[in-house]
Amino acid sequence: MPEHTFKLNGEMVTVDVADNVRLLWVLRDVLGVTGPKYGCGINVCKACTSHINGAAFNPCSVPVSQIKETDEVTTIEGLPGTVGKDLHPMQEAWIDEDVAQCGYCQPGQIMAAVAKVNQARREGRVISDADFDEIRNICRCGTYFRIREATRAGAKNM
Amino acid sequence: MTLNRRASRHSDPSSTGQRGGVASIVTDRRRFIGFLIAAPTLAAAAELGLSAPRSAEAAIPSGPQPPEIYDLNDMLKDATLPTSNLITVTINTDGTASFALPRAEVGQGITTSTAMLVAEELDIPVHKVNVTLADARPELLFNQLTGGSNTTISTYTPIRVAAAIAKRALMEAAAIELGDTVDRLTAKGGVIQAPSGSSVTYGELATKAAVQQTRRVGVSLKATADFTVIGKPQNRVDALEAVTGRKGFTLDLDLPDAKPTMVCRAPTLNGTPKQIQNMSEVLAMPGITHIATVSSGVAVRGDTFGQVIDAIRALDVSWNAGTVEGKSDASVLNELKAAELPLAVPPLGPFVKTVESAFTFYFRSNSALEPNAAIADVRSDRAEIWSGLKSPIVAQQEIAQMLGLPQSAVKVHVMTSGGSFGRKLFYDAALEAAEISRAMGKPVRLMWHRTDDARVGRTHPMATSRIRASYLAGNVLTFEQRHTSVSTNFAHGLGEIITAMAAKLPVGGNLSFAETIFTLSQEVPYNYGVTDQTLTEVDAAFNTGSMRNIYSPDVCTARELMTDQLANALGKDPYKFRREFLKTDRVRAVLDKVAEVGKWGRSMPSGMAQGIALHKEYKGVNACLVELDCRPQTVDRKVRNAWTGPRVTKVVMAVDVGLAINPRGLEAQMQGGIMDGIALALTSSLHLRDGYFLEGSWDDYYYTRQWNAPPEIQVIVMPSDVQEPGGAGEFGVASAYAATACAYTRATGTMPTSFPINHNQPLGFVPKATVPPIPQSPTDGLTHTY
Repeated sequence: MPEHTFKLNGEMVTVDVADNVRLLWVLRDVLGVTGPKYGCGINVCKACTSHINGAAFNPCSVPVSQIKETDEVTTIEGLPGTVGKDLHPMQEAWIDEDVAQCGYCQPGQIMAAVAKVNQARREGRVISDADFDEIRNICRCGTYFRIREATRAGAKNM
Repeated sequence: MTLNRRASRHSDPSSTGQRGGVASIVTDRRRFIGFLIAAPTLAAAAELGLSAPRSAEAAIPSGPQPPEIYDLNDMLKDATLPTSNLITVTINTDGTASFALPRAEVGQGITTSTAMLVAEELDIPVHKVNVTLADARPELLFNQLTGGSNTTISTYTPIRVAAAIAKRALMEAAAIELGDTVDRLTAKGGVIQAPSGSSVTYGELATKAAVQQTRRVGVSLKATADFTVIGKPQNRVDALEAVTGRKGFTLDLDLPDAKPTMVCRAPTLNGTPKQIQNMSEVLAMPGITHIATVSSGVAVRGDTFGQVIDAIRALDVSWNAGTVEGKSDASVLNELKAAELPLAVPPLGPFVKTVESAFTFYFRSNSALEPNAAIADVRSDRAEIWSGLKSPIVAQQEIAQMLGLPQSAVKVHVMTSGGSFGRKLFYDAALEAAEISRAMGKPVRLMWHRTDDARVGRTHPMATSRIRASYLAGNVLTFEQRHTSVSTNFAHGLGEIITAMAAKLPVGGNLSFAETIFTLSQEVPYNYGVTDQTLTEVDAAFNTGSMRNIYSPDVCTARELMTDQLANALGKDPYKFRREFLKTDRVRAVLDKVAEVGKWGRSMPSGMAQGIALHKEYKGVNACLVELDCRPQTVDRKVRNAWTGPRVTKVVMAVDVGLAINPRGLEAQMQGGIMDGIALALTSSLHLRDGYFLEGSWDDYYYTRQWNAPPEIQVIVMPSDVQEPGGAGEFGVASAYAATACAYTRATGTMPTSFPINHNQPLGFVPKATVPPIPQSPTDGLTHTY
């Protein structure tokens, strides 16, 4: 079987798996990285949201063969490492605002929030209600309001 | 002993003259018996059935309905009385306390509120209490069911009793250790101190306070006025795990041989497999290890879920017909209308006028975000199961029965769930995983595809509600509601096999069980004269169940819409009308609060309106004020691959559940309930066509998303005179749903009569194929980054 090498949460990893297996299953079933969750497998629920080279993406919809050796994949497990701390400011805000209920979608929500704040910054803006309306991550417990509060609070410390 | 609490407050002459007597009753209400358990470290226990004597409500001016006297939660609580067993708080040598909760944490926050109860009586910080979920404990019989918003109601007293007994034993051991008397010692933060300044920690006492022989002991609980933890906002105990991705769900368990497994299912609901045409080719696909035909379809096991998805899509299977072959929304609606009981009140005379309407509620999916999942390892002489289970005892019993094993040979672990909303009352994934593991002779990690969950998972049943109310000279004389529903499946019974069997009996069976639940949960909080609500059920062929409440959201929405119609007919403002007709001050208080905070009656642009509604259930009261934007520029706003429609812009909710153990968690439950209410009113339903549901994932099942969510929400937790906690998990849905429907009526001038309001509009999506039964994952993820 073909080998695939890429950087995952700060470390180079090599996996021996068929080309077309989506990255989500490489992370969860081969590498045992279970922070990114399965919720639909067709890139609509966004529970698996992670970062590739700092941008939000959904590994359920990316064959592992599309990940290059120079690519850096960050899952929720690697998020604190991007700021060199035990917790990223967005995770701290999530705890302070007591966002999570069942918690299943929250790794993806946090990864989406960090990317959305960065995107607004690149465009010279503070994150707004219009930006929140673009976040597609579903939360079946209905924590949307606290997600908004926590994202605003987390952005201040990013 | 069972003196009425309200009677003493409402200056009942028989009690006002005996103030001392009342005080001693209050003391008695806090005095309980529990046990010290023989164990290596201190362990204290209480019977799970313990509760303070129930106080009947005060006299109510017009005909009380059953829930006002004895409601669903009283039934759930009383079901535990004769058969309860012990729950145990253990003190560890590191100074922490452990408690295995015989309930399921599905996101509602009961591990946090339970830790608070233990911390309160033990006088230790909440983070020093470790709450886990108990495995199936068949000796608890009825008492391991997580449903009906009942956990806190049933466990509030016994958990505190166990912790208080542990505290008492620690104090007694400390007295010996410190050479002083218990009454001179003080405990704080897990340290017990004597006036001399010497001290000893709970950790140091854990072994010394342990007993050799189990014995009964009496204990007094803390007075409400002395609470320092209960009633104070507390963040969740599992928050750190949740935000770091370390919170472990069933599919995350590290059991390497339990390989990914899924089931290829029939194109119509509950169809069964006839024959596989290409078994050997699919078995030869990369990564596939096993294929087996089981009762629900063709199971496939492999190295990664991605490869299992490929194999399921490649399978060529012929199928037997399902259970609802050929049925569609329209045919089910005809069944419901044919079964509706007639409205009974005859014409009351020439001057009596009536308002009347019929409402339709379509099927809705109660899928949580975590898909239905279970791990099963079935051997010839034993089995081990892991799954998110709200009724683990009956799951264990049925799995044992299916496998032909003694119940004691089946170990059932209750996993924390990624949501439930009623879904995890059903243990179909655990049963299916056990069947597959036996067929393959291997451990399996069973995951339902999202499309399986959407199309063959549990649904909230389609229903109609017909209401007729009559009025004369400013008074409502009669209120009749005929609720007719596709059968709601209560096959889980009260959590064990006796009542589960009763719910399955062909005569009486589910219908009488359902009628009991309906009667014990529904009430009209208004003085509407002769009031009559009935339930009729038809058609048990669908996979139904509770969905963040059973009947109430639909029943309440129909009632509140008709309440607005009555107000209009009598020329009154909807808020003032409700205020005037409400039966109790407790409900009036939450209504007044939302009207005040939400500025009821403030002027709004044309196309926008407020709606106000209330709900009473689970020993609590709840009112909601919604502002809804139905202006064309809002309704027609575009979001890619999404349903937009009217937007709720603001919600104010006031809630009184009695004693709110954790106001922060209660607020979160109300916020979640609001999102469900908005979805039920405006966007989310399943369309039944030709024997299957068209919706197949989150892109076509329109649960509330950020673009539908209100930017402004305010939840007010009311101070309450009620000293015991009520239910909360499902409680926010009904009034938010009803208020949104009422706001829509006022914004558009048209009362909606089918829900959600978008159900009969042209479909907003192209239905996914049914063969193969699950969609392939896209490959263009890298073109959608941000």
